[in-house]
Order: sequence, then structure tokens, then C-alpha cells
Amino acid sequence: MDSRTGKDVSRHPRAVEIARGVYWIGALDPGLRTFDIILDTAQGTTYNSYLVRGRDGVAVIDTVKDGFGAEFFARLESVADYSEIRAIVLNHLEPDHSGALPELKRRAPQADIYISSRATAIFKALAKTDEDLRQAPRVAVGTGDRLSLGERTLQFLQTPHLHWPDTQCTYLLDEAVLFSGDLFGSHVCDGRLFDDRVGESREAFDYYYAHIMRPFRRHLLTALELLQPLRLGLIAPAHGPVLRDRPARYLDRYRELATRGQPACSDEGLPSLVILYVSAYGNTARMAESIRVGALQEAGGMRVSVHDLAHENPALLVDRIEEADAIAIGSPTINADAVKPVWELLASLAVIDLTGKVGAAFGSFGWSGEAVRLIEERLRQLRMRVPVPGVRIKLTPGAEDLEGCERFGRRLAAALTGNEEGDRVIELAELG
Amino acid sequence: MPKARVTFDDIDQSVNVPAGTRVIEVSEKIGASIIYGCREGDCGTCMMHVLEGWNNLTEPSVLEEKVLRENMANRHDRLACQAQIIGDCRIKPA
Repeated sequence: MDSRTGKDVSRHPRAVEIARGVYWIGALDPGLRTFDIILDTAQGTTYNSYLVRGRDGVAVIDTVKDGFGAEFFARLESVADYSEIRAIVLNHLEPDHSGALPELKRRAPQADIYISSRATAIFKALAKTDEDLRQAPRVAVGTGDRLSLGERTLQFLQTPHLHWPDTQCTYLLDEAVLFSGDLFGSHVCDGRLFDDRVGESREAFDYYYAHIMRPFRRHLLTALELLQPLRLGLIAPAHGPVLRDRPARYLDRYRELATRGQPACSDEGLPSLVILYVSAYGNTARMAESIRVGALQEAGGMRVSVHDLAHENPALLVDRIEEADAIAIGSPTINADAVKPVWELLASLAVIDLTGKVGAAFGSFGWSGEAVRLIEERLRQLRMRVPVPGVRIKLTPGAEDLEGCERFGRRLAAALTGNEEGDRVIELAELG
Repeated sequence: MPKARVTFDDIDQSVNVPAGTRVIEVSEKIGASIIYGCREGDCGTCMMHVLEGWNNLTEPSVLEEKVLRENMANRHDRLACQAQIIGDCRIKPA
């Protein structure tokens, strides 16, 4: 089982030693084409499970998806007996990692289950229909808690919301192996197992980040702070290649991705407003232009860009919005609703973290003008602040209307720079 | 109606609210980072840490106490979906 020979695990059902006394016992799922509904997985995926052998017993870290148990148990049995298992560590309870847990617990009833202290409620929900599992001894752990296997020790690090509330990492001190759960994962199914063997997988790593970690990037940055001081011999994630080729660079890459768009120099440090609109007859477009003019009057300086949703690629706009401090979305009202390109854009914003950013809505309407309020509601659902009530104009904006739009732009800019008149305390009623 | 001021430390924003308002009612509207799960005091996802004004929140219920215990909450941690604001306080995600 020499890992350096690059043996292809798809050709045998045995464990692979990835560090001294540490074994990969996962399963391959080359046929998977969609994951969690939201991800394309053209390269399939792996469900990585690991086994750590110590003088006083064995720990199994994560299991595999239901339906992949045969492969998992065969690999486990190639290096350990079920009676040796002292601990089952679950870094993340999602079914693709806990699917084989009920059967593993039946085969190793003496093993204690170690989960994050944030995972208790999820565990109960997961074990709802399995009385034995629900009653199984559980140890809820937090950062700094340890599990001794005799001469070697596993330490837990709580990394919540990456990408469930329960997520944690487990670190093997002596070999400096970080069992990272979904962190640093990728959907690549390659029996050669290691990052330096499977060839180019950077794109898959970034794609996984973009869909799984990106919505939680502020939690990710907190987690990276926690992990940064660790010596890293190897990162053993729950999906995709085991990362042994300069593993610290994967932390750097996550940090780079999570801080992308955050201004690095003072010139770029100006607050930014992105105005996006759809216009049927040019009225909402004229409003957008006046809002831009108003925002640019902010004394401290602003960066403002205007985008017509009818002519721009929504995927690129998502990147732009992630980098912005504020967005203002304009839509006419058609059939008592905002128009489809606006909803498509708003739906695509679920993959980024907009918490606390400023959002606003505006639009021209003919009859009833519901679009502005509906957009504001959605912006609040995205955890944005909506400090300035939206502007609605019936049909053609006149000179006074456009002055109102400029004022709206100035107020949005002021909300960003903190230059609003009076203090920054908001009345709850203002939030709608 | 008596008012209270709640400050969300993570986004440095204060809001005046009628006394008795639950933190969840404000934090979602203002865009604070507290994440919610069940929203009914059972899952513990929305655990928050009270930096100032611990006594200016309603007392935790027996159920909330249990959930906090299960989630190994620290001193001055509360569930944002349960705690009602009755005086000035400053909070952040746990």
C-alpha cells in the first residue's frame, strides 16, 4: 500500500495509507453528475473516509454516502477489525458523509460518536428513525478538545457554517494531518487519490469553493485564522484528492478567493455602488442614470457602475456585486411583479455573502408599482440593509422626479460613507 | 411604548426597537451575520454572544436553556430567535 507509487484505488477495494498509521477508506462515485442539486459534477466525486490507528484503538473519521457502504467497509476491513474502533468522528453530518454511519455503528457498537457541539440538533434529526443510533453514546466537542488513541492524539477545531452549522475539522497532531471535512474539498473522482497524482484539479477546487464555501466567506476567513497556525503535513478533505503537495497553499488559495474584490490600495478603497436595471421604455434607465449622478456627488468619493441586465452576463455581475458595497436594482412593474431578468439575478445572489451590505430598489411603473417593494423584500432576505426607501415613479420621470433620484443616489452614498445627517441609529420601522 | 437600542457589533449598526422585540426580527432586516435554522428555539443555529446588556434581554426559557446547554454555549450566549430586547444591548454571532 505504498501511496507514492500512485496506485489507482478504483482497481482494488483496499485501504491506502496516506500517512503513518492513517488510511483512506473512502468510496468513489464516478457516475455522479449533479451534487446537492446546485453543482455540476462532470468528474464525479469521492466520499473520503479515513482511519487512524493508535496504540489504544482506532478512530474512523467520516463515513460515505448511503449506497457506497460495501466499498467503504471492504477498505476498512482491510486494515482494522470492527472491535478495534473506539471512536467515530463526524466532521460533518450531511448524508454523503454520514450515510454509512448506522451500519458502522451496528458493526462497532462500542465506538463513541464524536460530533461538534453545534451538531447535536442535526444529529437528532438525522437519527430520527434509528432508535439505536439516537441512543448511541455521543461526545460533543469544541475547539481544543482532544481524543487520545494512546500515543497519538486527535484535536478538534470548530469551523461552523462551512457549509452547515455543524462543520468541524479534526487534526492529528503527530503526523500533522488535517481532516477538514468539506473544507478544501473538490468534486473530482480519480483513483490516483493524491493531488500530485491526479493532475490538474485547481479548477474543480475553485468551483467547489464558489458553490459551497463562497456564501459563507466571512465564516471561512474566521476558520482560516483558526487553522493558520497548524503545521500541515497533509490535508485530508471529505471530497476529492488528498492534498499533500504543499498543503498550506490551499489555505492561501481559499484566503485569496474569500478576499477577492476587497480593495487592497487606497485608491480602490472608495465605497462602490453597482446599479443594475431593466427598462422597458427607457424610464427606469433614466432613473438609473440620475441615481448614478447623485451618488457621484458624495464628497468623499464613490465608485459607481451602471449595468443594463438585458445586455450583460448575470454570472459576471454576481462577481461584481460580491465586490460592491451597495447595489441598487431597478425594475419596471409588469403584471404586478418585477421582471424576470431581475428575479434571475436575485436568485443567483444566493451563492455570495451580502450580509450587511446596502441594498436599494427603484423603478418606473404604469399601474401599481409593486416591483420596488418586492425587490426590497428579497434584498432583506439576502441579509442586506435597505436603509433608503426605494423610489417609484409613475411612467415618465419629470425633472423633479429625476432630482428625487439624484437625492436617492446621494442618500445611498451617504449610507455607505457614514455621512448621513444625524447618528447612525436606525428606527426598526424604517427597515420595513 | 418603551424603546431599547440593540447594537449589532459585526456590522457596527444600532437600531431602536420597541421593548419586547425579538433579536431575530431586527437582525434579519438589518443584515447582521447571525444565521438562523429552525427559528423556533430548537436547533441552536442562531446562537449569539451578548457583549453588553446581558440583563437587558428577557430570561431564557427552560427550553432555550436546554438547547444552549446541548450546544455547549458559553456564558452570555443566547438564541437570537428567542431573546427579546427589553433594554440597550450589544450583540454579535457566537
